[in-house]
Amino acid sequence: MPEQKMPVLETRKLGISFGGLKAVSDFNIKIFPGELVGLIGPNGAGKTSVFNLLTGVYPPTEGTVILDGKPLNGKKTYQFVEAGVARTFQNIRLFKQMSVIENVKAACTKDIEYGLFAATFRTPKFWKAEKAVTEKAMRLLEICGLADVSELPAASLPYGRQRKLEIARALATDMKILLLDEPAAGMNPTETAELLACIQTIREQFGIAILLIEHDMSLVMNICERIQVIDYGQTIASGTPSEIAANKRVIAAYLGE
Amino acid sequence: MKKNKTARGYFLNTAVIVLLFTAFQILTAAKGSQGAFKLVLVPSIWQCCYLMVLAASLNLVLGFMGQLSLGHCGFMAIGAYTAALLSLACERAEWFDGKNDPRFLAVLIISVLAAGLLAALFSLLVGIPALRLKGDYLAIITLGFGMIIINIINNLPFCGQDGLALGSAGASLYKNGLGFGSKAKVQFLWFALAVTILSLTLLFMFVRSKYGRAIKAIRDDEIAASASGINTSKYKVLTFAYSAFFAGIAGALYACTNATLSTSSFAFTNGGILNSTFVVVMVVLGGMGSLTGSAVAAVIMFLVNYEIKNGQWVSLLPASLSGIFEYPMLVYALVLIIVILFRPKGIFGTYEFSLQNLIPDIRNAIKRHRAAKAEKEEAKANA
Repeated sequence: MPEQKMPVLETRKLGISFGGLKAVSDFNIKIFPGELVGLIGPNGAGKTSVFNLLTGVYPPTEGTVILDGKPLNGKKTYQFVEAGVARTFQNIRLFKQMSVIENVKAACTKDIEYGLFAATFRTPKFWKAEKAVTEKAMRLLEICGLADVSELPAASLPYGRQRKLEIARALATDMKILLLDEPAAGMNPTETAELLACIQTIREQFGIAILLIEHDMSLVMNICERIQVIDYGQTIASGTPSEIAANKRVIAAYLGE
Repeated sequence: MKKNKTARGYFLNTAVIVLLFTAFQILTAAKGSQGAFKLVLVPSIWQCCYLMVLAASLNLVLGFMGQLSLGHCGFMAIGAYTAALLSLACERAEWFDGKNDPRFLAVLIISVLAAGLLAALFSLLVGIPALRLKGDYLAIITLGFGMIIINIINNLPFCGQDGLALGSAGASLYKNGLGFGSKAKVQFLWFALAVTILSLTLLFMFVRSKYGRAIKAIRDDEIAASASGINTSKYKVLTFAYSAFFAGIAGALYACTNATLSTSSFAFTNGGILNSTFVVVMVVLGGMGSLTGSAVAAVIMFLVNYEIKNGQWVSLLPASLSGIFEYPMLVYALVLIIVILFRPKGIFGTYEFSLQNLIPDIRNAIKRHRAAKAEKEEAKANA
């Protein structure tokens, strides 16, 4: 079992309080390379807060996030990304006025090595780096099925494709673990199926770990290998999809007793 | 194929710039001594030059990075005084002898560069704490900075009466240092044009690189930008300094056009054209996110200002109407309101004028126009 390997992402007693309100407490999770883990819970259970803790948007008030054995305490969001955590957002946050390919290229910024001088005077180093980043961006857009719209403004895409673009942008950061915050929210069944196929392709091609927040139960039960359920900021269950589906506390949390 | 297109674009632009530049040189040589050319056109071009650089540099911060800075003329003032004082100091040290001395050109170049560098240095001083703030707060702090700079310059003691005495640089600047008379303005017109072209080019290069993408990402969504691995504070401060560098250079060009310098021309009080709101009006008019738009808007606003001050038609208006022209600031505010009401994106929006894409762009625009018209007619027919 994966327990022998080192987890790519691990949290220990992670928690955050806003004033007197404990939004998340004692959150422990281990995600191993290549795994797809689901995080579910009723509305307001603290799922997005967990994501914000895992990406450094909120500094935790207790506990630690450990990536590849290294604690990330006190780091800023962009440093989390540099370390290898990338995310998408529940309410899509694209760079709306930029073109589709520019969105992806912007996420490559941290890996582009030329400096101000090379950029303003267009040295060969600049052209080489720009060529590499364009190729990389096109490759990612092809994987996500967006190559045909690469020059259009991001805001002009239909909803389902905006979601995919957000995933492509996250992929451009070369992360080790991808956090998807309700990727299927507001999608119709066809779009959800397409998204599912896209996620599968990404797993096969990149071999990365994915943590997924989702309300669409059929999607979660279908693709997740493990599921962790939280309610009122506390973990109430974790296990395989079939275990979760049969768990009494989970059913109680979702449907009431 | 794409690379070829880029190379062709560079070639085309360079060729056209060189052509225009040569044409200008020939024109200057032929007409340099004629009255209207020497006394009206050339000084106007000088003014347009520094306004273009100033507007384009603010556009980098306001249009591309989405941060409202109201202290841009503070950086311009720093640049103007740095260049003026440096050239005056060089003249006193007798490093050059008159404006025909080839060594004067070296002093001129060094003064302009120093002006940019000092402005950039001050922008770091302001930017590092200020850029943690957003929106109104950043606007307030930069506005305050602009005023502080004016007061500091006003109270600088050095250079005495011939140089900079309590905020105003005396007439000796005109004779000995940077300040160009009408003859020198014709003689150095090429320099103003070259500095302007170079500044705009360098701003373009910045925007069309990873830096441009990073700041546009910050403008569109700062949280998503940092979640995409962009160190937002680093890019904000860097861009602020890069922009201030060119504001400083605009200041140096401004110093060249004036016989004397006075801090009041950079303050809000005199209704002149060098206060920071005027620059904001230029950027908004031209289109936030379009450097070519800023350049065009700079010329338009120069003409508006020129007409208000010198236009013959103003005196023909009834007194109740012409009264407003006594207060140019009101006219600029009016221009801003009209732009916001009728074309909130500005003249160019985020479109960049490009020689290479001019014909295809026009063709596309016509096509779109026709399609829209056809659609309207169809809708009418259906109804």
